[in-house]
Amino acid sequence: MKIDERTLRVDAVKKMRGENEFLEDLQFENLHYARTLRSEISRGIIKNIVYPEMPKDYYIVDYRDIHTNEVAMIDFDMPIFAKDQVNYIGEPIAFIVGKSKDKIIELMAQVVVEYEALPAVYSIEESKANQVNILDKKDNNIFVKHHFSKGSISTLSDCRIFEGYYETTYQEQLYMEKQGVVGDYDGEELKVYGSIQCPYYVKNALIHSTKLPEDEIRVIQSDTGGAFGGKEEYPSLLACQVAAAALKIKKPVRLIFDRREDIMYTTKRHPSQTYIKSYVKDNKIQGMVVDISLDGGPYIGLSDVVLQRSLFTLTGAYLIENLDVTGVVMATNNVFTGAFRGFGAPQSMFALEQHINQIAKGLKIDPFKLKRNHFVKQGDQTATSGVYVEKIMLDQLADQLEKLSNYKEKLNNKKEDDQYYRGIGVSFVPHGGGFTGDGEATHIKAKVKLRKNADDTVDLLVANVEMGQGAKTALSKIVASVIGIDIEAVHYDNPDTKYVPDSGPTVASRTTMVVGQLLYLAALKVKERFDEESFVVEENFKAPDYLVWDQKNLKGNAYMAYSWSGVVAEVLVDKITYDVTVDKLYGVYDIGNPIDIKLVEGQIHGGMIQGMGLGMMENMTSKKGLIQQNNFEAYSVPTSKDIPQMAFDLVINKYDDGPYGAKGLGELSLVGVPPAIASAIEDAIGHKIFKIPVTPEYILEVKEYAKDN
Amino acid sequence: MLKTINFTLNNEKVSIDVDPVRRLLDVLRINFNLTGVKEGCSEGECGACVVFINNQLVNSCMVPMGNVINKEIITIEGFKNTKQFEVIEASFLEAGAVQCGFCTPGMILATENILRTYKNPTLEEIKEGLSGNICRCTGYQSIFEAVMLAKEKGGDLWSSTVISL
Repeated sequence: MKIDERTLRVDAVKKMRGENEFLEDLQFENLHYARTLRSEISRGIIKNIVYPEMPKDYYIVDYRDIHTNEVAMIDFDMPIFAKDQVNYIGEPIAFIVGKSKDKIIELMAQVVVEYEALPAVYSIEESKANQVNILDKKDNNIFVKHHFSKGSISTLSDCRIFEGYYETTYQEQLYMEKQGVVGDYDGEELKVYGSIQCPYYVKNALIHSTKLPEDEIRVIQSDTGGAFGGKEEYPSLLACQVAAAALKIKKPVRLIFDRREDIMYTTKRHPSQTYIKSYVKDNKIQGMVVDISLDGGPYIGLSDVVLQRSLFTLTGAYLIENLDVTGVVMATNNVFTGAFRGFGAPQSMFALEQHINQIAKGLKIDPFKLKRNHFVKQGDQTATSGVYVEKIMLDQLADQLEKLSNYKEKLNNKKEDDQYYRGIGVSFVPHGGGFTGDGEATHIKAKVKLRKNADDTVDLLVANVEMGQGAKTALSKIVASVIGIDIEAVHYDNPDTKYVPDSGPTVASRTTMVVGQLLYLAALKVKERFDEESFVVEENFKAPDYLVWDQKNLKGNAYMAYSWSGVVAEVLVDKITYDVTVDKLYGVYDIGNPIDIKLVEGQIHGGMIQGMGLGMMENMTSKKGLIQQNNFEAYSVPTSKDIPQMAFDLVINKYDDGPYGAKGLGELSLVGVPPAIASAIEDAIGHKIFKIPVTPEYILEVKEYAKDN
Repeated sequence: MLKTINFTLNNEKVSIDVDPVRRLLDVLRINFNLTGVKEGCSEGECGACVVFINNQLVNSCMVPMGNVINKEIITIEGFKNTKQFEVIEASFLEAGAVQCGFCTPGMILATENILRTYKNPTLEEIKEGLSGNICRCTGYQSIFEAVMLAKEKGGDLWSSTVISL
């Protein structure tokens, strides 16, 4: 196997034949089902719960069955089952467990919960108004606040000021396979199977909640039907719940959400509000004040890290010398928000790109040109006062994008017709690979192993999962290619924490770049000793010297390396209905060196279309804490009929500390698309766009507003 | 109330005593252990559970057992033994049309349906033919390519309007 050869996916055949085993396809003896009793109110005290009498072999499982009723994520503020207070609609209170799903539903319908309702908070504004305080031991509703600056805004003079408020709403991951876990306890070992991204997150949560010895807990990833961040931290909650049930009844217990539950009550992308004020002189942005607020829901979960990812790259692909940045996560009694491909970046990149687009229009300069005039270069200072260490090839990327999309020609010669407004828009965004700051070194400390077997096969031992993105193929290919064996000779099973070391979670565009590099180094060791019969090698993460980071003051190099994208979108807006059709999407990407072009294409096309959904289709709203779109009909994601022409190109820019020069890609491909589409719509209709998704209703609102003013 | 329901499943005559309002999806998965039929949305919107009923592509989550009496049902488990499947499989593999795989059996049956319906499907016809099947991973482009590739590789394999296993 050579790295330049095209690989066929190693996991595709079973999937095509329907032989893959997703969580619901796994067979267990004497399987019991669980269903969740959920809060019907946004905030309140549980006064009393009246359960029907449980027939034989039916059980109630609640907080009393748990040793430590906290889900260990970064913080511990979320209970596994609500004890005496609920904080959002749908919050789990208990399970009913038994052998017949019909019977469980019948029993569930008879449960009566009495609440004493408490005042609740339903938006970032209400949370900031602080008339109702929903956090214990705090006099405000701020979960976390960050501030950093560089240069000096106050010394800027003679500048033209541009201001804007930008908003994004919820986005649902809508992985095709719903959330699901199985807990099984035989008196000696607790096994939890799950459709999950992070086996060790789940294991650590189980150690915390059950207080069982570490070696009696085993987490096994089942074939995972899509995740997109939705199976990063959320399954830890479900695993703790089924573990409690399995420990109680000593039989296997399976929890699978129905689709409505999954859409309404699992984590989503954080709604955001961003204020940007720019100081412009001589067609240059001299300084910027940025203020970002995220709706974190009632528990902090991963929101602090999501906010950090929003903030650290908020100057995008541009050098802004003077900067003042504030970010907050506000607590609300809405559904709790969490990881989703992009992890905070789609919010801040939409705001920034849209803002610069509006500056360009104000200055009567082509946005492509204005953006290009601000590109960062190697050695420049990052937003967090670090240094761009690596080679930056944004100019070449922009040239390739112009060539691929024929942007200038299309901008200047727009076809006029009776049916559509036509528009074109461009975005440039970075995405940092791996954990933010020094997280890889201080928090994750990834370890990988390779086992050389007597039959000259190699077992790839990592905790990272295949969830559709192609990890099994990419990582196997790296190992096969270094050693010089066939890809079929590399075995990479779904991780089972009993056998694999903690190579970290499958998140943050880190799998290829960080874990792949450790495997690359381990494979070099295997290659050297390949004549020996059998042995195991290990490789541990070491932070590169240039990764200097001060987490206390948020100063330094926030990422080891950045990937970059440029996206051009062409849209048609129907003059009567304001329906938006994305006609063409072009993207050029610097992801270092691609491990496999077909896998790269899959991530790019998939990310483009999920980004298109976020930009103009996927409208998810919450009313008094209740998600208003709860099925595939109400929440429309792109279907085959919505797909535009897509074309992409790569800038090859090898990264020294990535396997064969590879950097991260999974998230980047989504992030740049919504702003490119929003800018194109702005260009088409001639009015400013401040919010995504840009729905026909929003366009109507914008046009009506323009008429009135 | 249980009722004996006879039907043909992947070319075999079968009989089952079942409540006629039970969903075909559940019977296929639970009673016949055909887990290639996937439950995505339970509301007939996502296409992960499609099967052929008398050569028509149908969401099995929307079909009560009472409606399949004496019908011929083909799932991915039956279809994977055909020449047509071989060609579609090779095309999906080559085009990179499989990611998480949850929608894939449904996509493959939908592809079979397109190739049987249109002699030379256009891109628009392919899009229309896949519009009942949601994929959240691929962005669909590679699936369009796979359908075209299958047509190119398979030629006259799809001259009959009836699927024979």
